[in-house]
Amino acid sequence: MSTATTHHARPTGASHGHSRRGRRRAQGSPWVALAFAAPLIVYLVAFYAYPLIRSIDLSIHDYNVRAFVQGDADFMGVSNYVDVIRNPLFPQALWNTFLFVLVSLVFQYALGLALAVFFKRRFPLSGVLRAMFLIPWLLPLIVSGSVWAWMMNSDSGVVNSFIGIVGIDPVNWLTSPDTALASVIIANIWLGIPFNLVILYSGLQNIPDEVYEAASLDGAGPWKVFWRITFPLLRPVSAITILLGLVYTLKVVDIVWIMTRGGPADSSLTLAVWSYREAFGTGQPDFSPASAIGNILIVIALIFGLVYVNLQRKVDQ
Amino acid sequence: MKSSNRRWWHAALGLVFTAVMLFPVYWMVNVSLTPRNELRKSPPQMFPLNPTLEGYRAVFDQQLPALGTSLVIGLGCVLLTLIIAAPAAYALAMLNIRGGRTMNFLLLVAQMVPAVVMAMGFYAIYVRLDLLNSIGGLIVADSTIAVPFAVLLMTAFMGGLPRELMQAARMDGAGAWRTFRSVVLPLSRNSILTASLFGFLWAWSDFIFASTLARNSDFIPVTLSIYNYIGNNTTQWNAIMATAVVASIPAAVLLVFAQRYVAAGVTAGAVKD
Repeated sequence: MSTATTHHARPTGASHGHSRRGRRRAQGSPWVALAFAAPLIVYLVAFYAYPLIRSIDLSIHDYNVRAFVQGDADFMGVSNYVDVIRNPLFPQALWNTFLFVLVSLVFQYALGLALAVFFKRRFPLSGVLRAMFLIPWLLPLIVSGSVWAWMMNSDSGVVNSFIGIVGIDPVNWLTSPDTALASVIIANIWLGIPFNLVILYSGLQNIPDEVYEAASLDGAGPWKVFWRITFPLLRPVSAITILLGLVYTLKVVDIVWIMTRGGPADSSLTLAVWSYREAFGTGQPDFSPASAIGNILIVIALIFGLVYVNLQRKVDQ
Repeated sequence: MKSSNRRWWHAALGLVFTAVMLFPVYWMVNVSLTPRNELRKSPPQMFPLNPTLEGYRAVFDQQLPALGTSLVIGLGCVLLTLIIAAPAAYALAMLNIRGGRTMNFLLLVAQMVPAVVMAMGFYAIYVRLDLLNSIGGLIVADSTIAVPFAVLLMTAFMGGLPRELMQAARMDGAGAWRTFRSVVLPLSRNSILTASLFGFLWAWSDFIFASTLARNSDFIPVTLSIYNYIGNNTTQWNAIMATAVVASIPAAVLLVFAQRYVAAGVTAGAVKD
């Protein structure tokens, strides 16, 4: 391929165009390529790498507001991390994060898949309705969060008046430690259904019709077809959907913060929300523990992220 | 006849599902039109029987600057994202840049970094540079959500463009820059649109960066404005919901005019056919 690189040095040299190898590398001096990528490289270093380094720096020093401005915080090593992990809130936040992610994903996936299968049949309005299903995903989280908060209001919320119709007593959704986590999970499931629906639907489109035709000739019913054909063939797409959802769900802050602020009594506190609260949620910013929590979260996200990247590569091949 | 009957059954069922799914959106509109003295009625008013526009009047009186700020931030973010992403995607997709695979990998990983961690990093940097509460600072921070996505999306798209066109451009004596500007960019219109739409929507919807980097700004975006609203007066829920309705307009516009691009964007990140 090295011949192709020289072509570009003389762009006027049209006679080189007939080189067969040049077809694959239309234009290709490495310096030209680098010049086009340079803004991105500078951007990634300045606005991704540098903030990340600063966040690590925060977590290994003892930063308070004064040290922030002066820049003379004491070096702490890993002791911020040790403090965070020893904090009684840590196991609780970890458990809440686990529940939040697991329950959200299970329901988002199951409902998204059921809807994708449903919408796969052509019926009047199917395209329009499927588009409407995207709405929850497109709304600003602060909008959805405040709508759900008002719907789940103990006294005047519509949710309580609905369950009152079937004779259930009003629930203090957001103000009771028993239900706060469940409430934010319900809202988060609602938010995640569109994403699952769209991806699984496009996965279903890629299953060739002949497979279904063969199955219907064999006399298999719809239930059997789903479990024997659709579900197994959809497995790679399912895995990608779930892993991507997992990485995104791990870092959710907005919706929980708007609805419960992680409370009451830390009952809906996840790792991401805890980190946000330490740094920005109280009048007394505590950046060092906050960034320690955040960096622990990055490690967890990266582990699943690498699994995802690996899987994506296998699917592409 | 039986099968056509069944199709209508499906349509009816689909309508029910959609109605259930979109109930919170309906509720937002309903509450935004409810007079203040009926907000706390039990059971709540299911339909806006005597609708009021007092909530929307409050939006016009108080929220216009915030909406303007969000618009500026959204557009600035789109511009910055495209300036960075389009040439980079060209280099990755067509110029066979060295380390392209590594770059792709880094961009995937970059999308997985929690925003709260980025917010702390930016906060630490902005304190020193005196960029807190500035619109430019917020545009840069918001763009970090969109840039990796935009590069990956446009790279995938440009990778599918016919090589013969590039070849032809080169035969005509066009350099890399001319080819990029006159051939690749016009052909990539769809992916540029998708990237722009998402860039705008994410910047418009951002709360984490706004609430950390711009909370004492003279110009706060509409998300932060809603949040402050909820904190300050919990009685005027019709005004809060009216603001929420107005803040949802970009999403609605997107869905009506660009649904194709939205679905393409959601899928692009996860599945390539």
